[in-house]
Amino acid sequence: MTQVQAGVSQGRRVALTGNEAVALAMKQVEPDVVAAYPITPQTDIVQYFSSFVADGQVRTEFMTVESEHSALSACVGASAAGARCMTATSANGLALMWEVLYIAAGLRLPIVMAVVNRALSGPINIHCDHSDSMGARDSGWIQLYSEDAQEAYDNLLQAVRIAEHPEVLLPVMVCLDGFIISHSLENLEVLPDEQVRAFVGTYRPDVWLLDAARPVTMGPLDLQDFYFEHKRQEAEAMARAVPVIEEVAAEFGRATGRRYGFFEAYRMDDAEVAVLALNSTAGTARYVVDRLRRRGVRAGLLKLRVFRPFPQRALADALEGLAALAVMDRAEGLSTAGGPVFVEVRSALYDRARRPLTMNHIYGLGGRDVGPDQIEKVFDDLLQAVECGEVRRPVSHLGVRE
Amino acid sequence: MSTPLAEKYLRVDRLPHIWCRGCGHGTVLGALMRALDEVEADMDRTVVVSGIGCASRAAGYFNCDGLHTTHGRALAFATGVKLARPELRVVVITGDGDLAAIGGNHFIHAARRNIEMTCICFNNHVYGMTSGQHSPTSPRLSLAPTAPYGHIERDFDLCELARVAGASYVARAATYQARSMARLIARALRQQGFAFVEAITQCPTYYGRRNRLGSAADMLRWQKEHTVDVARARQLDPAELEGKIVVGELHRADWPEYTRAYAELVARVREEGTS
Repeated sequence: MTQVQAGVSQGRRVALTGNEAVALAMKQVEPDVVAAYPITPQTDIVQYFSSFVADGQVRTEFMTVESEHSALSACVGASAAGARCMTATSANGLALMWEVLYIAAGLRLPIVMAVVNRALSGPINIHCDHSDSMGARDSGWIQLYSEDAQEAYDNLLQAVRIAEHPEVLLPVMVCLDGFIISHSLENLEVLPDEQVRAFVGTYRPDVWLLDAARPVTMGPLDLQDFYFEHKRQEAEAMARAVPVIEEVAAEFGRATGRRYGFFEAYRMDDAEVAVLALNSTAGTARYVVDRLRRRGVRAGLLKLRVFRPFPQRALADALEGLAALAVMDRAEGLSTAGGPVFVEVRSALYDRARRPLTMNHIYGLGGRDVGPDQIEKVFDDLLQAVECGEVRRPVSHLGVRE
Repeated sequence: MSTPLAEKYLRVDRLPHIWCRGCGHGTVLGALMRALDEVEADMDRTVVVSGIGCASRAAGYFNCDGLHTTHGRALAFATGVKLARPELRVVVITGDGDLAAIGGNHFIHAARRNIEMTCICFNNHVYGMTSGQHSPTSPRLSLAPTAPYGHIERDFDLCELARVAGASYVARAATYQARSMARLIARALRQQGFAFVEAITQCPTYYGRRNRLGSAADMLRWQKEHTVDVARARQLDPAELEGKIVVGELHRADWPEYTRAYAELVARVREEGTS
């Protein structure tokens, strides 16, 4: 749930599914090239977009390629040639893009991709979890997570600005929960086309292929001599993305009244116990926080919006005062040390003199539903830990049959 | 519904199948089942491997060991199965999107190696599982959600592709000719080497509806009117074959089979030494 400041936005309220909201944002951005391959639950995005292309509502070059590997490769080619490009995928589609993810980031190509989160095979499953995007967390892509269709729409527009910022030039994934958000109809506020166009502006790359006056080769062999320096530059670009993400969010907030940051701290000021969650589960957790507050429990929620770059210091500032924190991971890292979000959040707290007890709940794998009662159980675990002064089960699986 | 044959070859507790009403995939499943019976396949020594898509769900219905893999990779997984246990009968079930798009590379290389397996492509001309986007076998200018005014790419002739890539056996049948399809699959199952059968199957839900081809029965009627047996096709000139689909056994060649050649190589090197 985004904080809305009344009276700023000139948008209109419409009912759209998450996938429709993303497709609409893409239409309004009107990228030069979209290349994609169908995969459930992403398919709708590109299918809606293809109808905009077919009906002449956008001038985008649209290519239905023969695999996700080819989809992202085509985007890399187009982006290298100076085009603004987008694609979308899910799960195994993202896994098949793996090789090219690193190439897009390493060549500093500002491609924007919607990732409709879905469990990775195997066994085969088409429903929501975050194993796909979490697996891609070290590929050099910026990752934005979206609680609902509104945030998916807003994140996609901001992603274009973040990716193309000359200080950044990194690709961005905009993640939203498969089916839960992608296929659910919600009311959201969409901006007028001209406002989107003004916000995203025109992409003007510094270098591009086929510039006859300045021929360049992108991606050639880069061995012991310079590969390391180039990776260091990529890491520095990721660090420079931090203020850019904030600037873009601030500008977006001024234009729409919808405020975004690296995370949302909900009722955290005086919270004793809190859960940290990404994407749609944050909505459920917010409801539970309110329910517990009415019972006098000092509960809070930290909804992480940006996982890459990881806001280590700001997160530690927001979390250090808690007595106990539960990190919700919708991916089993299979490390035996907890899920990917947990490991990083706990590491962020390490340097603090004052830090909460921490625990990790792995939940919702393969689309297993998580409802308010289960989130309340997480708070029970937290309160119990506070009472005992220790965490008996640092990593547990929530809502699984024993 | 179950028959003695179904009881023997299928997991009848998994039926009814998931396919839409009027879909031809059940017909192909039935043809494969009859073909397995005709060659007296030992289901304890048969492995069915499939990829992703409507067709690939067929693997789960066969009462034998199976490997349901990732999109396009069934032949690659099957290659591993066959190399590890060359004595097993390996059947690969795939669809046009699975085999000809994302898995096209594996298709030509499995055929080129001529590794012994029976590959059956359920060709319904669309990505059915994701609601009918055009595939590499969608006829040129046919309609799809991703091509509402007709898609402009040419379609693959999968049988010709298999033949030129080096397959030992190539056949095509349509669901309208279900018995003939079973016979052709049986021959494929008997072939030493890579055997490919393209099973033309109707998708009334997406392909048929989008292209105004009528009901499943209408689509079968279309198959009847547009298929020509290979023997008759040889007597027709190209103009008469325009817009027709040639069915029957299209190609047969006895190339060396990969796992046998591999075993022979190992035996020879062991005997002669490596120097």
